[in-house]
Amino acid sequence: MSAETIAPADEAGIAAAIGAAHAAGTPLAVWGNATKAAFGRPVQAAGAVSVRNLTGITLYSPAELVIAARAGTPVAEIEAALAAKGQHLIAEPPDLSALMGPGEGPPTLGGAVACNLSGPRRIALGAMRDHVLGVRAVNGTGEVITSGGRVLKNVTGLDLAKLLTGARGTLAVLTEVTLKVLPAPERTATVMLRGLDPARAVAALSAGLGSPYGVTGAAHLPAAAAARVGLPAAATLLRIEEFADFIPYRTGRLAETFAAHGGSEVLDHEASLALWRAVRDAAPLGAAPEDAVWRVSVRPSAGAEVAEALARGFEAKLFLDWGGGLIWVAGPATEAAHQAVTAAARAAGGTFWLMRADAGFRAAVGHLPEEPPPLAALTRRVKAAFDPKGILNPGRIFAGL
Amino acid sequence: MLAMPEPDPTVLARRESIVAALRARAGAAHVIAEPLRLKPYETDGFTAYKRIPLAVVLPETTAQVAACLRYCHEQGIRVVPRAAGTSLSGGALPLEDAVVIGVARMNRILEVSLEDRLARVEAGVTNIGITRAVEGEGFFYAPDPSSQLACMIAGNVAMNSGGAHCLKYGVTANNLLGVTMVTIEGDVIELGGGHLDTPGYDWLGLITGSEGQLGIVTEVTVRILRAAEGARAMLVGFGATDVAGAAVADIIASGIIPVALEFMDRPCIHACEAFAHAGYPLDAEALLIVEVEGSEAEQDALLDRLKAICARHNPTTVRVARNAEESAAIWKGRKGAFGAVGRISPDYLCMDGTIPPGSLPEAMRRIGTLSANYGLQVANVFHAGDGNLHPLILFDANDPESFRRAEMLGADILRLCVELGGCLTGEHGVGIEKRDLMTAQFNATDLAQQKRVKRAFDPRWLLNPHKVFPLDTAGTA
Repeated sequence: MSAETIAPADEAGIAAAIGAAHAAGTPLAVWGNATKAAFGRPVQAAGAVSVRNLTGITLYSPAELVIAARAGTPVAEIEAALAAKGQHLIAEPPDLSALMGPGEGPPTLGGAVACNLSGPRRIALGAMRDHVLGVRAVNGTGEVITSGGRVLKNVTGLDLAKLLTGARGTLAVLTEVTLKVLPAPERTATVMLRGLDPARAVAALSAGLGSPYGVTGAAHLPAAAAARVGLPAAATLLRIEEFADFIPYRTGRLAETFAAHGGSEVLDHEASLALWRAVRDAAPLGAAPEDAVWRVSVRPSAGAEVAEALARGFEAKLFLDWGGGLIWVAGPATEAAHQAVTAAARAAGGTFWLMRADAGFRAAVGHLPEEPPPLAALTRRVKAAFDPKGILNPGRIFAGL
Repeated sequence: MLAMPEPDPTVLARRESIVAALRARAGAAHVIAEPLRLKPYETDGFTAYKRIPLAVVLPETTAQVAACLRYCHEQGIRVVPRAAGTSLSGGALPLEDAVVIGVARMNRILEVSLEDRLARVEAGVTNIGITRAVEGEGFFYAPDPSSQLACMIAGNVAMNSGGAHCLKYGVTANNLLGVTMVTIEGDVIELGGGHLDTPGYDWLGLITGSEGQLGIVTEVTVRILRAAEGARAMLVGFGATDVAGAAVADIIASGIIPVALEFMDRPCIHACEAFAHAGYPLDAEALLIVEVEGSEAEQDALLDRLKAICARHNPTTVRVARNAEESAAIWKGRKGAFGAVGRISPDYLCMDGTIPPGSLPEAMRRIGTLSANYGLQVANVFHAGDGNLHPLILFDANDPESFRRAEMLGADILRLCVELGGCLTGEHGVGIEKRDLMTAQFNATDLAQQKRVKRAFDPRWLLNPHKVFPLDTAGTA
């Protein structure tokens, strides 16, 4: 973040800045408030462009389940506007500032979408990318492009909005995003099973997610992770979000399902909200300041096996979300630990990200798996289709791209 | 009538050698070249346009698809991908100088994992085939386009198909975990799989709805869901379409997301009732079918709340199903809607725009005016919760002037959808049908960006080359 940051006041200013950088062939780092600057490979750029001054909700139509805002709008501002109408962001994007550092301001909508980071609800209701209906963006030549729109069903032309979601500013700089939203549940409750090992926990989560009772969160905190959120033993958690009068029936039926797993208890609304917020923000991980942090994404049924392999490989701190399909891992920033993570992900047929480490380590190891040659070729060609001179966030995802 | 590109005479002249080369790569039994056997492939669900292709290949393996695509790419031969051919936008319409590559013979279920709530299938498995493979265990595959008995999952991926239950369960893109795709250069790439997040670019998101512009999908992994304990529908008639529109807005704003929220206008109600005798109210100007899910008690609670909301809008009829049979009776008319309209008119065009649901009253009023101006009747079916509008334009295909006016009316309706803040197509795709309207929704910069992405996958512009993008520029650098 030593780069000189320009923060234009509007989309035209972003376009002009990128147009000038394109003409000069000058690479630019891309961010809002740089809260996720540590996520991914370090960007090699002398300058930076920020969308932090592009703020404000541009459209909110609760009865149509749609909200649009400029990319620099704080996520918290959007959440507050939605909450005032009894709605919420479906994918529950995490606030990783405790993990990633504070950045230069609050996390923005643009960053949440550009990194496609989703919280616990992802297992049931999809990722950020599933709810992006449309975007405005500036490509690497300084052109303003639009894709998608403000309606829930749209198959008109190529879905560039999804492609830009998760592209971390390497294809275009998002300037405005339109999202589908949903009514927030009236109440939340959590069915908790205590003391399970990862294999039995994942089996319980799978049973819950495969039940007709609408589980919207399914996480397992091994004992150490559970202790960090004040729970006395390993905790296997299944969340129900519903109308208040539906909660007792649904938690009751789930509890019957788990009678064979050694019984369960139910956490009420307030306790559930706090607990799932902690899971969302990876608080149970307990990463030390010097630790590297990884996310491993596998089939849910492989989650326990990955967790056990990692525990054997090094002093891994970890917990499981998404029914076992997401494993948050923290440990020493060493080659050996990184190899253990990548090997476990590969053996399970899944994938990984290095979420956090010092810049030298992030530049030295692949922060996500290498793509096979035909896919790597497509990645290069699509990058060139948006950003022919490679000036936007160079090196952010892959070295040399 | 829409223009088609001129066939390349040098390709037509090489027909025999091309067929021989395809037979060598896919097996003689998988290549069709006899004129009579090519005939069934001349069109799709958009039957107004027909072209006999150069040849049809129906491979049984991904390797055969790859070998054929590599050959076509090297030789500069156009390729039209095909699944079941149920497209209503001409998405599978061939060209005389193109090879059709169909996935219909790749129809095995490869894996079902209830633990991981996924199914991996070959791309020619039908949409309903996935649900049938898992329903015994209480699971289902959520997107349910009305062609679901016939349409194949490859086509669903190509068109990002939806159905009547998208408001709650999303469209194909939201239910897709992975694909095996063959590029025009013959490379086989694996995207996604059993895990939820993808590390690099969101290829699955880009490919879904790309209408065969980027590659041919040969295997698909989808999310399967546990079905709710039960579902029940209610039917509500209203005295005016804007009143029904206001009721829809109130329902969504109440915090209830029904699993389906369907709207029909008066012409459609009458057509369906005459056909299905479902007991629809003939005095209503608009009708809503609302379906909820959950336990019996939850269904009762939700239906009571919905009844109270609708009561604020002076409904002319309220009928709440008491059991599955009564639900089925309510759905019977809606499910037969297209067939019902087919009985009152020799032919119809099924349009597919999306509008912001709040503009429903204005859309209905202006479609009514357009209908009167063109002298053609329009019946409207509408997925009201998500804004996906299906106006059915009635015309007579034996009268070329009637067809010409129907196409013009359809184009005007879709321009209206864009003007109201919506889009040209919600779930049928652009195909050839809406190709020339793309400039109503996108400016030149947007289209150029999309075409650069297309070219990144298909540098010689050989895959489904006459679709999606306006023809005057398609295929030019």
